[in-house]
Amino acid sequence: MATALGDESTAGGGTPRGDALSRWINHRPLAALLLAIIVIFCLWLILAPWPQAFEEWFGRKRLFINALFNGITLGGLYFLVAAGFTLIFGLMRNVNLAHGSLYLFGGYMGYEAGVWSNSWLLSYIVAFICCALVGAAMQILIFRRMEGQDLRQTLVTLGLSIVFADLMVWVWGGNAIQIDTPDYLTGPVPTPIIVALKPSGDAIFLQYPRVRLVIFAAAVLIGIGMWLALHRTRIGVMIRAGVDDRDMLSVLGYRVQLLFALVFAFGAGLAGMAGIVGGTFQSISLGEDSHFLLASLVVVIVGGMGSIPGAALGALIIGLSEQFGLVYFQNYATVATFVIMVVVLALRPQGLLGRR
Amino acid sequence: MALSETGTARPIGVGGDALSRWFSDHAPTLLLGLLLVLLPAATTDFVLDQIVGWTLVLGMIALSLMFLAGYGGMVSLVQMTVAGLAGYSITVLGASSLPSISLFWPWWVAAPLAILIAVAFGTLAGALSARTEGIYTIMITLALASAFFYLTLQNWSIFNGFNGFTSIPAPIFLGVNWKSALPLYYLILFCAGLSYTAVLYVSRAPFGIALQGTRDNPRRMEAIGFNVTAHRIAAYAFAAVIAAIGGILLVWLNNQISPGTAGIQATIDLLVIAVVGGLGHPIGAFIGAFIYVLLRTFALDALVAVGLDGRRFQTIIGLGFLIIVLFSPDGVIGLWRRWLARAATSRRGTSR
Repeated sequence: MATALGDESTAGGGTPRGDALSRWINHRPLAALLLAIIVIFCLWLILAPWPQAFEEWFGRKRLFINALFNGITLGGLYFLVAAGFTLIFGLMRNVNLAHGSLYLFGGYMGYEAGVWSNSWLLSYIVAFICCALVGAAMQILIFRRMEGQDLRQTLVTLGLSIVFADLMVWVWGGNAIQIDTPDYLTGPVPTPIIVALKPSGDAIFLQYPRVRLVIFAAAVLIGIGMWLALHRTRIGVMIRAGVDDRDMLSVLGYRVQLLFALVFAFGAGLAGMAGIVGGTFQSISLGEDSHFLLASLVVVIVGGMGSIPGAALGALIIGLSEQFGLVYFQNYATVATFVIMVVVLALRPQGLLGRR
Repeated sequence: MALSETGTARPIGVGGDALSRWFSDHAPTLLLGLLLVLLPAATTDFVLDQIVGWTLVLGMIALSLMFLAGYGGMVSLVQMTVAGLAGYSITVLGASSLPSISLFWPWWVAAPLAILIAVAFGTLAGALSARTEGIYTIMITLALASAFFYLTLQNWSIFNGFNGFTSIPAPIFLGVNWKSALPLYYLILFCAGLSYTAVLYVSRAPFGIALQGTRDNPRRMEAIGFNVTAHRIAAYAFAAVIAAIGGILLVWLNNQISPGTAGIQATIDLLVIAVVGGLGHPIGAFIGAFIYVLLRTFALDALVAVGLDGRRFQTIIGLGFLIIVLFSPDGVIGLWRRWLARAATSRRGTSR
């Protein structure tokens, strides 16, 4: 998140961040005031115990805080899936409709590895490697042969996703599989957030599952790592240059094909790791592939296509809207997500942080 | 106007003068039409409804996708949703087994209104996706289609959630009971023939030519003075009319509608139908639908007969789709045209 906002504000004139902020406040005092009020109100919502009247009107604070935390951690999961999707799309103009299948495949492989080796961490490595290999194979064997034919590539990924989905049903069946949380991550963590007050006046603090917090922290770390890799390393510079103009990059003598295969492998591997996260958070089963493909589609459309900070922002928005939708208007929870997408499309077709 | 002259000469492999081209194009179509009209005399109701009826209805919906993709360059995955919305509308406005939801309006109010609702939705979806370019269309329309799927799944007050509606009768008018197999078949055949002709006509009318211009080079069309976005949205509206009629016929044929009718699987199947048939010519949509319906009806038995697992039907569909996309991007139509061209060159070779 911090990266997303930072990117936006420094993009203007290259001035230091604090300076840009104060200039923005001077320019738009009313908007700044409004923003400050909203931020303070949100902080109050989260930190303070709610008065009786407010709880009666709005619902229990426990529900709200749980939806908030679930939304943010779900956003972390969506980010893991969508980051690879948006990177692949940005660099290769390939809408990888098999991305959801890679997610599911990673989840199953991670499950098998976990059962076999009894190590949760090892299962991540196995899932990453398996999916990365599949991704690299897809890029090298198929997409390299039809470069520049965006639509045909997309249709191929669609065909692959149909076949993958059916083959995975064949191997693993239609039942949902739950990946066990390792012992050292089970159980709740106390947080300093007050959920309610006991009649005696003592505060009840929020207890939140440790594994979700750890995974969210890992997603943030991966996001920051990706941002640093994109902005501070040579290969990152190559990828960013490729996103802007891949023809020019290849004219300059860089090995674009190798770069494509690497990025495809990395994006697919991320999706595979996300499969384990999804299997730990919820479960992995038939149909989850299209669910997560759609989630990443919407995240990427909302956040901006080809933008990593955009994927982070979009994932957060979609995760929050899904969880708040579940709590406050059950009948239309999924639809709310799509309403956000339509509004963004109507007002800003390139996505919130996308570029034309 | 020079554009329209070059535009009417559609790129077909076979050369020759205009008349013979007209015949090579239309003689098979006319023959096929005659065959379809006479078909009921020769077959059972099962073939009529389950094979040919389904082929024509799915072909109509695929035709609307083919029109957008083939002539407009917009692969819209929202067409099945348009059909589904029309189907749901006629169920809610017309008759079904659920008196708590259905309004039981007469068919001549319900059907036009259903088409109107579906076309409004299709046009709106078009307006949303026409503003972005090329490859984004597929993403946006897929997302819209699944939004509708989840809405029908979660909403019980209008769409009756997971269960959907059953016992949706086709209406009775002009003294004919359109529920029975034969009249319904002719109704479907009439609508399918009409939309096929309409698409052929529009593709050669100035609007269709301009649309093909926006597909090939939107920038140049903009520079000449065409409003590219308006052309695209109008194309979406036209395609939505065909899809909506197809959706209503689908409900009457199938006698039920549920979220799966316009679900994600159905959306993707429709794209498979259109691509396998070929996006180069309207007949491709019906060819694709025919192959799909045949596979769906007989693949299970055929797979079991050769000793394979009958449940791997989707793998067959997916692999067939992959093979077509990889080796013949213009579908079965493309295979046919290449075969014609090869036959023509070899004939010329021997006569010389």
